[in-house]
Amino acid sequence: MSSAEFPFIDPPGREQYQPCIKCGLCLDSCPTFQETGEELESPRGRVQLIAAVDRGVVPLSAPKVAATLFSCLDCRACEVACPSGVPIGSLIERGRGQVVAMQRAHRSWRGRAAVGTTTRLALKHLLPNPKRLKQVGRLLAAAQRLGLIKSRARFLAPVGMRRMAEAMPLVPRTLESDTVSSDTPPKARVGVFLGCIMDVLFADANQATIRVLQHNHLGPVVPGGQTCCGALAIHAGERDQARVQARQNIDAFFASDLDYVVTNAGGCGAALMEYPEWLAEDPQYRDKAERFSQKVVDVAVVLEKEGWRAPSRTSPEKITYQASCHLSNVMKAGAAPVRILKSIPGIEFQEMADSARCCGSAGIYNLTHPEMSEALLKRKMADVPDGTETIVTGNPGCWLQMLHGVDAYRPGIRVRHLVQVLDDAYGREALSTPVATGASE
Amino acid sequence: MTVKKDGPIGADVAEKLVGVVGSEHVLLDIEERSLHSYDATIHRFLPDAVVRPASLQQVSDVLAICYQARIPVVPRGASTGLSGGSLPVHAGVVLDLGRLDAIREINQEDLYAVVEAGVKVERFAQAVGAVGLLFPPDPSSARASTMGGGVAENAGGPHAFKYGVFRDYVLGLTVVKMDGTIIRTGGKTVKNVSGYDMTRLLVGSEGTLAVVVDATVRLIPKPAAKRTLLTVYDRLDDAASTVSRIIAEGMQPAAIEFIDDASIRVVESFLHLGLPLDAEALLLIEVDGSEAEVIRQAEEVSRLCRAMKARSVEMATTDQEAAKLWTARKSISSAVARIKPTKVSEDATVPRSQIPEMVRRLKQIGEKYRVDLVVFGHAGDGNLHPNIMCNEDDSEEMERVWQAVAEIFAVTLALGGTLTGEHGVGTMKAPFMRWEHGDQALDMMRAIKAAWDPDHLLNPGKMFPEDAPPWPISLQPWESSLAKERRSSNE
Repeated sequence: MSSAEFPFIDPPGREQYQPCIKCGLCLDSCPTFQETGEELESPRGRVQLIAAVDRGVVPLSAPKVAATLFSCLDCRACEVACPSGVPIGSLIERGRGQVVAMQRAHRSWRGRAAVGTTTRLALKHLLPNPKRLKQVGRLLAAAQRLGLIKSRARFLAPVGMRRMAEAMPLVPRTLESDTVSSDTPPKARVGVFLGCIMDVLFADANQATIRVLQHNHLGPVVPGGQTCCGALAIHAGERDQARVQARQNIDAFFASDLDYVVTNAGGCGAALMEYPEWLAEDPQYRDKAERFSQKVVDVAVVLEKEGWRAPSRTSPEKITYQASCHLSNVMKAGAAPVRILKSIPGIEFQEMADSARCCGSAGIYNLTHPEMSEALLKRKMADVPDGTETIVTGNPGCWLQMLHGVDAYRPGIRVRHLVQVLDDAYGREALSTPVATGASE
Repeated sequence: MTVKKDGPIGADVAEKLVGVVGSEHVLLDIEERSLHSYDATIHRFLPDAVVRPASLQQVSDVLAICYQARIPVVPRGASTGLSGGSLPVHAGVVLDLGRLDAIREINQEDLYAVVEAGVKVERFAQAVGAVGLLFPPDPSSARASTMGGGVAENAGGPHAFKYGVFRDYVLGLTVVKMDGTIIRTGGKTVKNVSGYDMTRLLVGSEGTLAVVVDATVRLIPKPAAKRTLLTVYDRLDDAASTVSRIIAEGMQPAAIEFIDDASIRVVESFLHLGLPLDAEALLLIEVDGSEAEVIRQAEEVSRLCRAMKARSVEMATTDQEAAKLWTARKSISSAVARIKPTKVSEDATVPRSQIPEMVRRLKQIGEKYRVDLVVFGHAGDGNLHPNIMCNEDDSEEMERVWQAVAEIFAVTLALGGTLTGEHGVGTMKAPFMRWEHGDQALDMMRAIKAAWDPDHLLNPGKMFPEDAPPWPISLQPWESSLAKERRSSNE
């Protein structure tokens, strides 16, 4: 389906924007509006600009259409704020799809492309290809160990990329997709989604996720054939590419009979949950996508749902939590991660003000919009409570951004994933409990 | 009286405007113009330009330039209005006051604050709240809407029941006339009988007399405690009668909000609070004062509600719980879009004793014209919000909607009420002003308008029936012609 004004497939729908009664209750929830105060940089403005294009008042090719659709962080705070239930994220993603398709269709397009060639190639050939991605990961690791990243080579990269590279963690050994054995029969059939960035830069967290699930008798499988979730492609308006990946993941996970598809990355989990929206016009996959998305759950939520055991203690630590936008606003994980942290003895939990506000990472936003991203990061770092020793987060994008943030503004603070904190605490128990258990028996 | 304008902005005028505010704050592209064509009503009108001044002097200079060039100017805060007040009905310049966003002074000794037009109402309330003071007007849009907009529209909100509306708190104003003249009215004192009360005239004048740049507002000490009660009714009538009884008994809660069954359903589907979906109505009641006083008041009100056949009366046990209930109430006006996408929002207000009758009549009107009519609002001060949910694509339905709206106005006036309690006249109620005021009173209003803005260049198309878009409202005919024009020029 397409229209005169949105000539490409799966356009923003009139029935999607029509319930926007322009009340403005979304305005203040939007980080880009908070920074600029401009209607153009607000959710209402973006939705109404899409509506204006659809009504033929503003041409799709008008420069500010592309600019504002791509300056959106896709953090979805506006969807939570919108009482009318306008699917703002979907409208914007579909709008981006139209912009990208238009720029590609018009060879003569002279404006600045919304999505650069490098990004597009990476989205198509790198992220969905675990093998290649791991090769890059190994190169990156080697470069880090040789000290290249911190030295001269970094000047070869664009500014945003350079900043990221400096903050990049040491790339650990990655996990091979395979079935993970479990000694006790699990309480539920759980499949773990590895993700692309997570599996290369933060494979530790993937391993910790598996151990934590095993520890709570949710011994998972890691279905082979899975690929990048497609979130970065959908954010970039590369909807066909994203759909290819969505279908591949659905097939990979449907090959095993699962109760849950567990993610440890809010951005990925949110994407998996929205496959029905991406595949709405695909008769073969529409229903499958629906059933698949209902199984998707964040690791913190599945622990609470299926029952988990709080570690008896861990080393004392002052921890705050940076909620991933997609984990809170789309996956609706709510306070589950915080409740888990709070129930680990030894952890002193410190509330971060406005913790669900986007940190400015937003997929590759920190690369495409470094200024806005930096402004938001600065605010975020100012909100980290004094005395914090560790920031816990639940998404690789936020994780990278936090690493860069503490590096620049709050040196000395550690950044970790929730599952690593849990995994560590269980690990400490294993070292000390045999004595205690023996005594009680 | 008609608008004497010369047409779109010429290059010379644009250049002068750029000279005042800088090129990044004079927006002429179609994207920005379309983004300043709407508010929270169903109307849209395309301005010729958007100009964003950052100081009193810039406001004055921009107005003077437009005055010389006979270009209409429409002041804008956050465009959250429900009457069309910030819409550029006759095109011209939208004067966006969002950059004037300083809280200049909070005086704890004399209990006043000086605040610029672009400051958001909630941000201001939080700032004075942080030093133990209260600015009571709390329109549901407060998170987004601005102090300038609140002054211009004389906004209210739930707490108007006990504390009054914007007009009751504005002590003085700095405004700019259409010709650029800067005028200061009122002062910092609570008492002031020096000359005509221009402050009170300007509050609620909807930007038709002058542009509000800053306001000096009165503050009061924040009550030590407050409690929120949620009362559930099986019958709509009983809920409405409770409101009248509370008032007749001389009780003074801080707010009494009425929520009907359709409103309960939409807000429940948004927030999932566990509200009773089988109830015909809810009353959300807040009491405030000293700790002892709120407990006594809460008991009194609960007893009365039960006597009036409330199914249940529950008190929020924590501040968070109370805050959730208020978020629910403040979301209704937007959540109703879940019923149907087009919202025609009214705020007909009747004397408090007439609330039960008004609620009955509204329901009858809904049935008579077969329209989805939702009722909620500030029952405590007789200010109900009947909202008709419809679909602007369905012209037959829209015809019935406009008939229903006209009848709502007729009934309201017959019951001794007014067309609008807090949203303002704007474009939406202008055609009915004669019904409420008669020709003589309207002529006096015209004379006042002429004294401030003889050429009718400031916010034209509002308040007076002869300028306003014709009734029944036809929707944005300019859009299709513009779209056609654009398509043909592409070919």
